[in-house]
Amino acid sequence: MPTPDYLSLTEAAALLRSGDVSSVELTRSYLDRINALDDQIHAFLALTPELALQQAEAADHRFAKWRDAGGEPPPAICGVPTAVKDVLCVDGVQATAGSKILEGYHPTYTATSVARLIHQGIVVLGKTNTDEFAMGSSTENSAYGPTHNPWDTSRVPGGSSGGSAAAVAAGFAPLALGSDTGGSIRQPAAFCGVTGIKPSYGRVSRYGLIAYGSSLDSVGALAGTAADLGPVFTAMAGHDPLDSTSLRAPVPDLTSETSDLSRLAIGVPDEYFIDGLQESIAQAVRTAVDVMKDLGATIKTISLPHTDLALPVYYLVAPSEASANLARFDGVRFGPRSEADSLLESYLETRGNLFGPEVKRRIMLGTYALSAGYYDAYYGQAQRVRTLIKHDFDQAFERVDAIACPITPTTAFTIGGHGDDPLSMYLEDVFTLPANLAGVPGLAFPVGFDAEGLPIGMQLLGAPLNEPTLFRAAQAYQSVTAWHKEHPAL
Amino acid sequence: MSLTLDEVRHIAQLARLKLTPAEEERYASQLSDILDHVQRLQSVDTAHLPPTSSVLPMAAPLRPDEARPSTPRQALLSNAPSVDEGMFQVPPVLGPDR
Repeated sequence: MPTPDYLSLTEAAALLRSGDVSSVELTRSYLDRINALDDQIHAFLALTPELALQQAEAADHRFAKWRDAGGEPPPAICGVPTAVKDVLCVDGVQATAGSKILEGYHPTYTATSVARLIHQGIVVLGKTNTDEFAMGSSTENSAYGPTHNPWDTSRVPGGSSGGSAAAVAAGFAPLALGSDTGGSIRQPAAFCGVTGIKPSYGRVSRYGLIAYGSSLDSVGALAGTAADLGPVFTAMAGHDPLDSTSLRAPVPDLTSETSDLSRLAIGVPDEYFIDGLQESIAQAVRTAVDVMKDLGATIKTISLPHTDLALPVYYLVAPSEASANLARFDGVRFGPRSEADSLLESYLETRGNLFGPEVKRRIMLGTYALSAGYYDAYYGQAQRVRTLIKHDFDQAFERVDAIACPITPTTAFTIGGHGDDPLSMYLEDVFTLPANLAGVPGLAFPVGFDAEGLPIGMQLLGAPLNEPTLFRAAQAYQSVTAWHKEHPAL
Repeated sequence: MSLTLDEVRHIAQLARLKLTPAEEERYASQLSDILDHVQRLQSVDTAHLPPTSSVLPMAAPLRPDEARPSTPRQALLSNAPSVDEGMFQVPPVLGPDR
């Protein structure tokens, strides 16, 4: 049967389960669509058709066995074609982290988050584009060229999970995996009009995620709706002995059928509705909050007083951690090496030649902030202010169950729009950084369009481990609205 | 807060990054701008605050001291640019003249 251009994960899973389509047919149709249209978008850095078809056949076999012999049905996501951000390792599949310094690198292991999904039967279509080492808010920092926003290809899809967000928005995959260190799932979700989850820190194993900021990195996913992401979250999350920062807390089931939000208190923070916020975004977010109020939620105005300190804190903490994490890229054990006469020269040449400018900037910023004589004034001070930011959220969650706020100050900007000004790019992150500094979960979903037809997203932030509340509220919202059903004409 | 070229060179050396003269100038200017922006943290009174290194209570989880299979050597060497007799091969540590 012909597959519609835009199938949500939930719709695809239903067709697979009913036998109306096989995973092999579904996989082939996505690969065909990607081959036909991805040169306009550049969502993918590499496709893995052989692996995909092998996994699709295995999924079809599982369904066949179940139809013949009965018993437990295959998992909800079995047979679902999936795109994987190129900072997540898949055994035997090139992982570049969007960088030349890992060109040709084939991991010898699979990230736990991905392995758990593969175990439940997903099909890996390929690796998606990312800002280099996840450092960026537009995917323009990829060493392999930018990704284009499917809604307007002259614009960025956001970053750093821009390839993944674009893949879902363009109908190249019903599911894409990403990572969020300063907003890298939520911001591209907003720019591309899709739904994305940044789980609580420690909720999903970071084993196999190429590290950027170890106290900030969070593995997550993007799809059409919150209902799509529920089973994905449940499959990925949970303790992993291979990640010493992963939590032992039990993993909840996130399915929620209710659209009744009474007994839910939602806080709207004053500090996010600032002058620089695009008026149509402020409007769309307030309207979405009104919808939740109509569904029974109590809305309260709250304050997160240290919000404006998040940017300077992040741009000291993250680069400092990155400078340590990226020290391993030395041309000795993986990736290319530049020619040199001595070991020291080979480090200097390899790293100087093969890291891109944004990565070098952040490594240097971090090196400076951690260096003797400056450590306490910069990194130490940033860590202490981070405590204030975390405390803002702890206090807020004593009064409300979830916080509703904008994700981005503007809708998608043009490729090249920030010119050569790194600081102006950093300002894109003002609304997303606080959640990473506090380790809280965030769920991003579409709430409208601006006058140019560009998507507008909103995020719900929750207390650590309170993904169930976020999913309940978003699913209720999406059951009475239709923004998530809009698709770009490609 | 203005970084001098000497400071940029020192940081680049610590970070093992070879920069061209043009890069040195550009990064000196860009890093100075960023450091200007983060300066505002200096005015926050944090004397009474503990630092947050991680949002989770940090305690390295232990496991029993039992030998377990490790990654096979071949896999570990498989991505290296240069391998010799089962070892990673690098240019001379002290350079060609010594």
